[in-house]
Parts: sequence; C-alpha cells; structure tokens
Amino acid sequence: MALDTATVRRIARLARIRIDDDQLEPMAAELGQILAWVEQLQEVDTADVPPMTGVAVQKLRRRADAITDGNAPDKVLANAPETAGGFYVVPKVVE
Amino acid sequence: MTDPTRLTIAEALALLDRRELSAVELAEAHLRAMAGARALNAYITETPDRALAMARASDARRARGEAGPLEGIPLAIKDMFCTEGVLSTAASHILDGFVPTYESTVTANLWRDGAVMLGKTNLDEFAMGSSTVTSYYRPTVNPWRRRDDPDAELVPGGSSGGSAAAVAAHLAPGATGTDTGGSIRQPASFCGIVGLKPTYGRCSRWGIIAFASSLDQAGPFARTVRDTALLLGSMAGFDPKDSTCVDMAVPDFAAALTGDVRGLRVGIPREYRLEGMPEEIGRLWAQGADWLRAAGAETVDISLPHTKYALPTYYVVAPAEASSNLARYDGVRYGLRVPGHNLAEMYENTRGDGFGAEVRRRIMIGTYVLSAGYYDAYYLKAQKMRTLIKRDFDAAFEACDVVLTPTAPSGAFRIGEKTNDPVTMYLNDVFTVTTNLAGLPGISVPAGLDAAGLPLGLQLIGRPFDEETLLRVAGVVEEAAGFKDMKSYNCC
Repeated sequence: MALDTATVRRIARLARIRIDDDQLEPMAAELGQILAWVEQLQEVDTADVPPMTGVAVQKLRRRADAITDGNAPDKVLANAPETAGGFYVVPKVVE
Repeated sequence: MTDPTRLTIAEALALLDRRELSAVELAEAHLRAMAGARALNAYITETPDRALAMARASDARRARGEAGPLEGIPLAIKDMFCTEGVLSTAASHILDGFVPTYESTVTANLWRDGAVMLGKTNLDEFAMGSSTVTSYYRPTVNPWRRRDDPDAELVPGGSSGGSAAAVAAHLAPGATGTDTGGSIRQPASFCGIVGLKPTYGRCSRWGIIAFASSLDQAGPFARTVRDTALLLGSMAGFDPKDSTCVDMAVPDFAAALTGDVRGLRVGIPREYRLEGMPEEIGRLWAQGADWLRAAGAETVDISLPHTKYALPTYYVVAPAEASSNLARYDGVRYGLRVPGHNLAEMYENTRGDGFGAEVRRRIMIGTYVLSAGYYDAYYLKAQKMRTLIKRDFDAAFEACDVVLTPTAPSGAFRIGEKTNDPVTMYLNDVFTVTTNLAGLPGISVPAGLDAAGLPLGLQLIGRPFDEETLLRVAGVVEEAAGFKDMKSYNCC
C-alpha cells in the first residue's frame, strides 16, 4: 500500500523523529513496501481467533504494594545530559 | 600447555579445578587474543581492567573453596545488557555515554556464578537486524572467509553478531546474546557455533535494553552444546523484577546430554522447504534427519501451515512494541541530546540524529500500525496471527517431541549485500522467527559447510521449558556432524 508524504510527516511527528523534507519521499516508498508485504496477512480469516497478547502461560503475579527501591536521586540523574538542583533540565516549555 | 583460548568452557573448568590454569591466565590469554583481532570489530568496549580484577577475585574464591559453577570463565556480553559502571550502548548513537547504575539480572547471575567479563560486543542497533551492519560502531566482520573469495568480508549475522564472531574467533569461550526474531540462532549458524534461545520467561529480561518485550529473550553462545548448557544454567532463573519471568526450578541442563534419543519423535515441517533455498541447505537438513534416525529417533512429517505468515506478523508486532519501548530515548534522562528551540524540537532533533535508518524505519512502522484507525487492521490482526502460529506448534507437538529445521536460508553474505531492500534482509529470519512468536525454545547447532566453505546450522525447536530435550538432541547432531573437525582453513 502506498503512503503519501503527508502521512509520513504525520507519523514522524507522532514518533517525535525529525525527517528532512528530502527524506520524506524515500521514507514513504520504504514504509509502503513493508506495509504492502504485511498486507498478505489479510488473506487469513481470523474472525473467530482470539488475539495473543503474550506468551507467558502463567497469570501475572501479585505482590505487596510496598516500596522496595528508591531514594537514589544521584543514580537516577547520573546519565542525564543536563541537571540542576536534583532535577532534569529541559528547554523552556512555558513562556 | 595448550593455548587457553582453544579450550572449551568444560575443559577450562576442569583445568581451573585442578589448579593447572588460573582465571587470571585464562582472562589474559583472551585479552591478548582480543587485542590481536580488533579488525573483526567484535567488541564495542573491551574491559581488560575489570576482567583482570574479576579474575583475581575468582582465583581467590577458588582458593577459599568457594568456586561457583562458572568460576573463572571469561565471557563476552552483548552490548544490549546493562552492566553497572560500564558503557552500555545497544550500538546506538542515542545512548552515547550511557553508563548504567545497575546490572542486568542475567549478567548478575553470571558474575554470581564466578564468570569474568571480557567486554561488550557489537550488534545491530537496538538488535534490529540480521547482519550487525546497522551498528553505530561499524560492522563486525565474520572470522570465516569464502574459499573462492578469501578477501571478501562477510557479515557474522545478527543481531548478536559481535558475540557470535567473538566466540567463533576464540576471543571468548562463551557469550550472551538476545533473540527477538533469530538474533542468537542466525549468527550462530553464520559463525559455526552453538546458540540457544530459551523459552520466553526462562531468563529475566530485567536490565536488558528493551526492543520487543513480548519476543525478547536472552540466551547463550558457545562452541559446544555442553558449554551452551552450562551457560544457560547460570543465566536462567526466576527474577521477581521481570513479571514475565517464570518461577520454576532451573534444571541441570548439562545432565540432559545423555546422547540417547532412541524413540524420540523428530518433526520435519513441510512448510520450511522454501523455493529458491540453496540445495545444500536442503541436503544438510535431510542429513540431520538421517543422523537422528541412525541414533534411534523417529522422524515424522508435520505441518505448520501458518509459517509463511510468521515474518509479516513479526514485522507488525516487533516494530509496534519497539516504537513504544524506544519512546524513552528523549534526550532528557540519558544519552544523546541535540538542542532545539523548544521541547518538541529537542525531542525530534535528538531522535532524528540519534537513531539510525533501520531503527527510524521500524519506529515509524510501529507508530503507523498503532495509530488511530489502523490498530485493528495491523496490530490486532498480527496478534490473532500469533495465536494461529502458536496453535500450529501445539498441534505439531502432539505428533512429535522436537522439530528439526535449517537455521537460516543461506550462509553468511558479504557486508553491504542485502542492504538496499529491507524485506530481503528480513527474510534471514524466516526459520527462526516462528519460535519467538510462539515463545518456544530453539537452538542452532553447526552441522556442515556450504559450497564456499562457510558454516551452516541446523535448528531444533522444543516444547515450552523443554530446553533439556533440545540440548540432548543438539548434542547428538553435534556428535554426528563432527563439525569441530571440519573447521580450520577458513576460520581463525
């Protein structure tokens, strides 16, 4: 199935990935090719088939709602590109 | 004394136990080999200081009579595992400078059992690929060469190509990998070694950089089936920090290698006979069935009718999960930040520069199939296909105990080949991806050489949590193939 460049631009925006204008066409072609290949799944009738959401056979375990970790702000911030006073720093959001 | 890098893990353990070899000597021999083989680019980060410190500590533990099951064994770690205090990259620019403050459960289990870290190995960026060519840190080179073209550099397979190349080139006796669609088994086949993807839930995923959470599973590489069993025994085990990790006892996997497959039913799936597959792969597959029959097993024809839909199903499920998992790389908490005029632009610039082409492509596909209006047509459809693929195996395992297939549809190809068309590259995983979708264990055993003298593997697929049968049958294939006697000329 063909994708237009407006759709690619919209998806890139949703994915928060900058794509230069001259890359929109090639990206549309590549994604279109992959989606066309995936299209063959529509041959199979799955009307009465339940979706498989995970392979684990067991039920999810329950645990006590208790704090078992934390209080390590230095470790949490250790890899941040920019920090100040125990916080992450981001570009100004509100003018 | 023999070169310590030629030893298997089992042999090294015996020598260490008899004090004929020390962990320090073993680590030093491998560090020297690594320094001499940097042209392969198997490692992103070598950790010689840590290796020697761990080896000294290991020798001290052994001297005190506190030796663990892998005491003193040096290992290579795929750079998909977070290692405390050591750069962990997923071979991506976006994780520039990321030094975890915690250790993955699987690597912690290995260190608990006495293993020694040699370094972090190369991979396709975020484990997305079958060639180790998409690494930000340049491709890894397969130590094997074609007989007819010995100058051509070949891929080691992927995504765990650095780990596979390191083990094949004797730069480590064993290594860890991760396998989301074939990323342990296909490089094992391309490099002529053993690689095992355990049942989903057998090994903890905690601390492994997430790609597709319902498919990812850690597993071992080694040069023998026995070594693979030894490594799996240490890597596996319950971990409360991974809600999908199964709480069951870890068997003594090496004890399963009895060599006895009499009466075992080996399924041969007719749908794995692909058009255009090299004849030698079909021949090797038939040969594998002959070996098992000669050892007293019975082969049965089985059908896995939805096989042809496994790859397209995977290329919906895996990108969808990846687009969600990789949302965390935002230039705020770790790794690369590329400035922008506002927050949204900073995110977009960081992710646009930080992710390579294949990762961007998969995030885009994943975002598209999960977006409003398309979810049912793609993602829900793929989840339903997964049910059908799982049912195929459930039915097959009524008639057989283990499934035998080729591991990959070809031997190693040239670096740069198959890169212009993503779908052609995806076809590498045609035989391996089904087990990830169904959550089953699979192992690749080196079984022969193709016409160019490159290794080819056979794959065995087992019932959930029946890695023991897998290893037992793999041991018989290994013995019959006599692969270790075959190598030499082309490799290392």
